[in-house]
Amino acid sequence: MQRRAIISVLLGNESGVLSRVVGLFSQRGYNIETLTVAPTEDETLSRLTMTTGGDEAHIEQIIKQLYKIVEVVKVQDLAETEHIEREIMLIKVKATGPERDEIKRTADIFRGQIVDVTPDTYTVQVVGPSAKLMAFMRAVGNAKILEVVRSGVSGIGRGARVLGG
Amino acid sequence: MTERLSGGDMLIRALQDEGVEHVFGYPGGAALHIYDAIFRQQKLEHILVRHEQAATHMADGYARASGKPGVVLVTSGPGATNAITGIATAYMDSIPMVVISAQVAQELIGTDAFQETDMIGISRPVTKHSFMVKRAEDIPLIVKKAFHIATTGRPGPVVIDIPKDTTDPAVLAPYVYPEKVSLRSYNPATRGNARQIRKAVQALLEARRPIIYAGGGVVQGNAAGELITLVRKLNLPVTMTLMGLGAYPGEDPLSLGMLGMHGTYEANLAMHEADLVFAVGARFDDRVTNSPAKFCPDATIIHIDIDPSSISKIITANIPIVGDAKSVLEDVLQIVDAELRDRPVNKTARDLWWRQINEWRDRNGLNHHLKPEPGKRILPQYAVQMLYKVTGGDAYITSDVGQHQMFAAQYYRFAQPRKWINSGGLGTMGFGLPSAMGVQMAHPEATVACVTGEGSFMMNMQELSTCLQYGLPIKIMALNNQALGMVKQWQDMQYGGRHASSTYSDSLPDFKTIAEAFGHVGMRVDRVEDLEPAVEKMFSAEMRNKLVLLDVWVDPEEHVYPMAIKGGSMKDMILARAGEGKAEPKE
Repeated sequence: MQRRAIISVLLGNESGVLSRVVGLFSQRGYNIETLTVAPTEDETLSRLTMTTGGDEAHIEQIIKQLYKIVEVVKVQDLAETEHIEREIMLIKVKATGPERDEIKRTADIFRGQIVDVTPDTYTVQVVGPSAKLMAFMRAVGNAKILEVVRSGVSGIGRGARVLGG
Repeated sequence: MTERLSGGDMLIRALQDEGVEHVFGYPGGAALHIYDAIFRQQKLEHILVRHEQAATHMADGYARASGKPGVVLVTSGPGATNAITGIATAYMDSIPMVVISAQVAQELIGTDAFQETDMIGISRPVTKHSFMVKRAEDIPLIVKKAFHIATTGRPGPVVIDIPKDTTDPAVLAPYVYPEKVSLRSYNPATRGNARQIRKAVQALLEARRPIIYAGGGVVQGNAAGELITLVRKLNLPVTMTLMGLGAYPGEDPLSLGMLGMHGTYEANLAMHEADLVFAVGARFDDRVTNSPAKFCPDATIIHIDIDPSSISKIITANIPIVGDAKSVLEDVLQIVDAELRDRPVNKTARDLWWRQINEWRDRNGLNHHLKPEPGKRILPQYAVQMLYKVTGGDAYITSDVGQHQMFAAQYYRFAQPRKWINSGGLGTMGFGLPSAMGVQMAHPEATVACVTGEGSFMMNMQELSTCLQYGLPIKIMALNNQALGMVKQWQDMQYGGRHASSTYSDSLPDFKTIAEAFGHVGMRVDRVEDLEPAVEKMFSAEMRNKLVLLDVWVDPEEHVYPMAIKGGSMKDMILARAGEGKAEPKE
């Protein structure tokens, strides 16, 4: 059965390590939907989160292949357990005439914030799981969307458990 | 006081401290500081090849035959790119290798400088790991890490890219070679999980139709002794992959020979009918399994491998065991001994199974029409049989890729591990001669023969010059069918006999003269009756210290059989050429 995976990777912060991860995915024909990477509280480690999909065997193989990268310390599929998933989206939309208020109301419903304004546009910041971001885009409608910038998914396990080295 | 050395000297000293005796390489601008450091010492011998690809294959052959990592040194740009094929070859077959590539100075990196190429980037998909040196003082630790990673876990090639400025003789830094190294994120498994091993032994002892499927991991992991003990203790049939040949003695009655696409009838049938497949150090390659969906329908799969990602990649394992082949088999043996005290092996079931296997064996799939007849063309299989006979089955045999490789695998019945050296995973033509040179460097007194085809041989024959320089008395048997035989075979079988770009019989060189031009001995045979004397002469005392190339003109129409039927199960095989009335339908 196909499902979505949120692969969270703790990896040594060494030069070229990102290209190893991304290269592995293209080399083995794995799909990457989103990818984010940034340093952690330990400056020698980075945390990388990517979303991908496939059946259980495929996801298991992705995790095993990631472990073969020497700098990879720890890999976990967050989607398998209780987790919090967030993505940030900056979306610039046409906001003129009566629609201007409508956009504002829609943003409020989604707990979005208007972070930039021109007479004809709003730039809205929406934070949440990917599905919420998609829902906001649908609510606004493609015709009004001028530009979309998404951060890709970040995630963390619920409870006291941590992804440690 | 700590010694202060230049980066170039540090690199060479670190290699010495790592116990490296031979470096295979080719100099160039960015590598000159390193070459000068080599010149100023005596411990480490540098072997100058004629093409960097050959340096990697030499190091590879050296590693396969000796179990020690092979070391390569090349310059930047084309030196580095030429090494890629050999690195990829070693990667696919899990061979420990450290490749040092020189790089342009750091201030030039990214400027499209002369002979600059992104070696780390180009080699990334075909290396286990790679390092870029940024400061001379990092060299000792990087070298230590590189050898550690290359030789532990599932072995593989590691690249160290060294910019020219970090080897500058004018810049000195303290040299300390680390005693050991620990890497936070790299801790390969060694011991297998005890509970899983216990489960595997239970399944093995309960099985009515078990088979051992042994791969290159048994050879690389030095586990052949444990395998032999296990097989004999339980009277088990054992089959080996192309990479596993020699893990169990080929002439032994418990050996079913090689399995897979060109494996024996009995090995493939036994796999298909087995109720338990005990896979050790093998990776269920597509050349073994045929269609994975139809693979071993009745079998419980035990899979022992050092690389977790090999397990359940192609075929789901019922009992996966991650661990080193030797250590896992030791544990298996211990439990088997304890269990056997309580209950003997089910002898009736085992006898029945062997009776069935021996029926398959009696079909004699490998010898379907092997009768040398005077006046007829030499059969390539017969030439390999002759090589086996004359060398007493005791030579190191390297091969290239194609029909001759399969004939060598089928007809040279390897008795020991590490004696059969070929490019199994990548299938690299041009591997045979340079890898034989590496084997000869590792074992100067041993008989080393390269079974090649004229096509493969022409891919790296410039190394005949290197052989002369270093006095490497390799014996080359070229099975000359005046064509790219395996390509032609597939074209015969699947493309209506249309030989697209697979023949060149009107433009072949005279290989005897080529050998002579390079300062060696060349011979040629066309007739069956001349083969034995020629092979005898090649291995005679008189030729002991000479490289001899024997150009054997074989029947160009010969195909490799048995052959798996594409898309079928393992029992679906062709045993002889269709149309000869010997096509073998599935049972």
